[in-house]
This record gives sequence, structure tokens and C-alpha cells, in this order.
Amino acid sequence: MNVFINQVQHELAEGATLADAVTLLQARPPFAAAVNLQFVPNTQYAQQLLQSDDRIDIIAPVTGG
Amino acid sequence: MTNSPVHDPLILYGQTFQSRMMLGTSRYPSPSVLKAAVQKAQPAMLTASLRRQNVTSKDAPNRFWDMLHELEVPVLPNTAGCHSIQEVITTAQMAREVFETPWIKLELIGDDYTLQPDTLNLVEAASRLIKDGFKVLPYCTEDLVLCQRLVDVGCQAIMPWAAPIGTGKGPINPYALRTLRERLSSVPMIVDAGLGLPSHACQVMEWGFDGVLLNTAVALAQDPVTMAGAFAHATQAGRDAYRSGTMTEQHAAQPSTPVLGTPFWHQS
Repeated sequence: MNVFINQVQHELAEGATLADAVTLLQARPPFAAAVNLQFVPNTQYAQQLLQSDDRIDIIAPVTGG
Repeated sequence: MTNSPVHDPLILYGQTFQSRMMLGTSRYPSPSVLKAAVQKAQPAMLTASLRRQNVTSKDAPNRFWDMLHELEVPVLPNTAGCHSIQEVITTAQMAREVFETPWIKLELIGDDYTLQPDTLNLVEAASRLIKDGFKVLPYCTEDLVLCQRLVDVGCQAIMPWAAPIGTGKGPINPYALRTLRERLSSVPMIVDAGLGLPSHACQVMEWGFDGVLLNTAVALAQDPVTMAGAFAHATQAGRDAYRSGTMTEQHAAQPSTPVLGTPFWHQS
């Protein structure tokens, strides 16, 4: 199935979880994740099943005002 | 440095801070300049944000993250760039996990040109964040009724703008700002956005505001480190002036040197 991670299309196996998406992106802490604009705690990545066309955001600390 | 916190601390949500100046971390010429500016100003909090950068192991190491830990200044994450309540809620929750803090600078933008807050949705966003356990510092306009509503839903401090973000214009609506200060006299208020000069910071502190939040005015100075110190001094000077009680302005001149005993008085 196709999902979008930080607006880039990726292919994941059916039944993939958010943990799989994090691994695919090679995300490096610190970061946080959301699926379809809903925050997912890092303790729930392995339980968060993904669906086709899900939009995943993985974001990290940057400077800000 | 210039702070006198022992007898006059800034208290937000029950937490005491050793400075009345908060500092943004963006737009500095280099990370080392940012670090030196922070060390010079010794701000109460540092603002930070979250973006889709430096996320993967292929990216450069996140040196900003490392710097935040080295500086040991409390972090105030923001929701900059959010245009809906749901974006705000999600960003705040992500920030809470990453930065391990319940503090959030609530930014809900309603107009991209002026970066004016979405005042029609700000109260609802603040209310939901507070119910979720956040310590919310809402970036808002100087509108009195809006600020009252933010307090009504549980905001224990508010952050009215002086002028649009990054303009450096200083307080563009002194009447409304001062009215706000007078009407909500017991609510801690941090003037956020639009300050360009240390004198602007001093001015709003003289009016009785409790603190200031700066970024661009320091970061884009020719010498950001010295400017950071100047703002810290000005902020404290304004606070000291407010606490000292200013003289009443007079219409006519009054000699400060005693007239009695003046030599040559009316002899010529």
C-alpha cells in the first residue's frame, strides 16, 4: 500500500504499522509522529496500523520564535 | 545579569523565573551566535519549534537539540505555522513528547500576510489545550475581550503582540495595550512580537507588562550578542521603573535646583 511520509509517497506492506514507517524513514530521535493529523505517542508506534493513503508526519526540533 | 529576581520574580502558572525576558532561537547568523546571545541575556525561556527537518539518520546531527540541552534554559515550544485548531492540538502534543514539557506557546495564525492570530478560534484552541494539561501561553492581539476570554478558559498568562511578528515596529497601539494592562491588572502578560528596540521593551515594561518575548530584534541586529544584553538591561530597567512609580508629568517648568539663596538674583 502507498502512504505518505512527510509528503513523500512510500510503499509499505499491508498490515504495516507506524513503527515500520519510522524504520523506513530511518528516523533518528528526537522526533514525534502523527498519522492523518492525529498525534501518536511513541509508545504506540507498533500498535498503530496504517491504511493506504495515510499521511504520516515525523517532525524534529528546530529553532523557532 | 541585570535581573533582581529574589524580590520580584516572574511567576507563570506557579513557576518562578529568574528573568522577565524570553528569547526566540531563530534567524541568528550562526548557532554559536545564538548560544552566545542566550548566555548574555540569560532569558527565562527559549522558544523552539518542530519541523520535518533533521529527521532521518541521513541528515546532519541535530545540533540545535544538543545546544538546548547545553544551555539548560527552559524550552517553550511553539505551534508556529498552524492554521487550524486540530493542527495546534497535534503540534502541541508532539512538542510535549519531544521537549518533555507541558509549556506551549499557542500560535494559531489567521492571516498569512500579517501573521495575525486567528482570534475567532484561539479561545477554543486554548481551552482544549488547557484541558489536556498544557500550560498555555497564547500569542494574541491586544483585544481586551479576546484576552478576557482566554483568561476565562484557564490561561494563567497571555502574550499580546506589540506589532506583527518580525516587523520591529514597537507598540503600534499603545492605547489598547495600556487599556488591556489596566483592565486585566492581575493577569501576567508577556508582550510578544513586534518589538524592535530595547526602548520598546523598556516602554512596555514601564507600562506594567510582566515580560517580553523577542527574537528578530536580537537575531537580526548587527551584533546579536550585545543586543541580547541590551534587551535584558532594558527589560529590567522598565520593570524597575514600573515598580518605582513614575513622577506625575507637569505642564510648566519647575526648577530642580533650589531658588532660595540664588546669588545675583534680580541684581542685574
